[in-house]
Amino acid sequence: MSRFKAHTVLPGFNLALGFALLYLSLIVLIPLSALFFKTATLGWGGFWTVVTGDRVVASLRVTFLTSFIAAALNAFFGLIVAWVLVRYTFPGKRIIDALVDLPFALPTAVAGITLATIYAPNGWIGHYFAEHGIKIAYTPTGIVLALTFIGLPFVVRTVQPVLADVEAEVEEAAASLGAGRWDVFSRVIFPAVFPALLAGFAMALARAIGEYGSVIFIAGNMPYISEIAPLLIVSKLEQYDYAGATAIAIAMLVISFGLLLIINGLQWWSTRKGVR
Amino acid sequence: MSARKIQRRISTEESIPVTLILISVALAFMALFLVLPLMTVFIVAFSKGWDLYWAALKEPMAWEAIKLTLIAAGIAVPANLVFGVAASWAIAKFDFKGKSVLITLIDMPFAISPVVSGLVYVLLFGTQGWFGPWLQAHNIKLLFAVPGIVLATIFVTFPFIARQLIPLMQAQGKEEEEAAVSLGASGWQTFFRVTLPNIKWGLLYGVILCNARAMGEFGAVSVVSGHIRGQTNTMPLHIEILYNEYNFVAAFAVASLLALLAVVTLIVKTLVEWQAKRSGEPLHHGA
Repeated sequence: MSRFKAHTVLPGFNLALGFALLYLSLIVLIPLSALFFKTATLGWGGFWTVVTGDRVVASLRVTFLTSFIAAALNAFFGLIVAWVLVRYTFPGKRIIDALVDLPFALPTAVAGITLATIYAPNGWIGHYFAEHGIKIAYTPTGIVLALTFIGLPFVVRTVQPVLADVEAEVEEAAASLGAGRWDVFSRVIFPAVFPALLAGFAMALARAIGEYGSVIFIAGNMPYISEIAPLLIVSKLEQYDYAGATAIAIAMLVISFGLLLIINGLQWWSTRKGVR
Repeated sequence: MSARKIQRRISTEESIPVTLILISVALAFMALFLVLPLMTVFIVAFSKGWDLYWAALKEPMAWEAIKLTLIAAGIAVPANLVFGVAASWAIAKFDFKGKSVLITLIDMPFAISPVVSGLVYVLLFGTQGWFGPWLQAHNIKLLFAVPGIVLATIFVTFPFIARQLIPLMQAQGKEEEEAAVSLGASGWQTFFRVTLPNIKWGLLYGVILCNARAMGEFGAVSVVSGHIRGQTNTMPLHIEILYNEYNFVAAFAVASLLALLAVVTLIVKTLVEWQAKRSGEPLHHGA
């Protein structure tokens, strides 16, 4: 007991930790382990056959490509939004600041039908593009749009506090040594916020890869073109192909885990570089 | 004095055109991605007048969906609240081995696709699942029924409150609680009189976000629901059915309720942030 936990006068450790562990096991750990046991029933060969099927590979490609583009768009625009919210004052700023979290609060299905309505070929914005022969909704472009909406708060909310913490003295020092504004930004401010920007990018990416509700309404869901992997999981389930659905889920988890590992490594490297 | 001020402007601020361009880009992006969709929900919902709007909401199936959504959130939020408080009490007030592993495990549902969250319960309770045959033999229906929907909702909203409370309580330390206990207070007295007042805004903040997600969850609930109208349809699932039937006014009428919930969530959240700032209880801890 005393080896496992440091001594304190406070009571309630056993009750609190015991309850937390029980609840965590029942709700999360045991259900998640079912995922791995189910895949094990397929065997390595069966798993590989499912995961390398043409339609599965195509859906994984669509999922990761659109998620990557959306997260990159979020990194770019999110940095600008965070910058504007931290550095400038303008009328309505507080409302804009509060609105950033809308994608967290608005149910994904509502976002999905709304974006599909706006960007459909006969929609408010979609019809301007349709006149020039460009389709947004019911194509991968529509998927990127929905994923950009979903991931918007992550970058803004991770960059904002870091940007606010960049000390004015450092910028002044750089400027007084003759650095132009762009130099100050690219050599002083950007390196300071870069780890946070990467963290926000990673969170937006992770969220986008798993996203389902907002995408299915705007994607058109054409196999090989605009069908995302989560949708393929749902259609396998509807055909009672539990093992197939699970194999795709595992493939998604493994690829996203690998991606996040790479991004974490990058983040670690850039923080170290910033400190030295 | 004024010369120094001008010097400052030149060295550490952008030129006015650059400032204006940056503000315009940010505002245009926000307008296109956030304001326009939010307005669209209400505009389409009311596009055929109040009567049709009310008719869509008064329809029995819509009413059943609203009730089920309230039930799911009404169970999921308190359950995750109790867990969040217990987990953060153990993690923030005590030192023990494996703490960081525990924190990572709590965060896990955030990293998992909602569809996969639903899938795991199908694997457990479906006819081919681990407990499927046993449940069938005892005539218990979890999947494609209300309990499955509640479980899936709990899963996807699992980390919200714990994640808010853990860093907050860690930052506050345990000196106040130790003082209370040394002076003879019981554990529960210490929690309700010392800890709870210190974390009340963070707790409320977590509850609001947890509730918004619980009421709006689509993917996980969709997988375990079975889409039985009037029985296992939550509001987001009801919206999907109406939309796929090209009943746009009705779909957006129900959607407008959820959009309203989102707006209220944002307002309450902002108010809580202001209150927390005033009372010196920091809600955010940087990145």
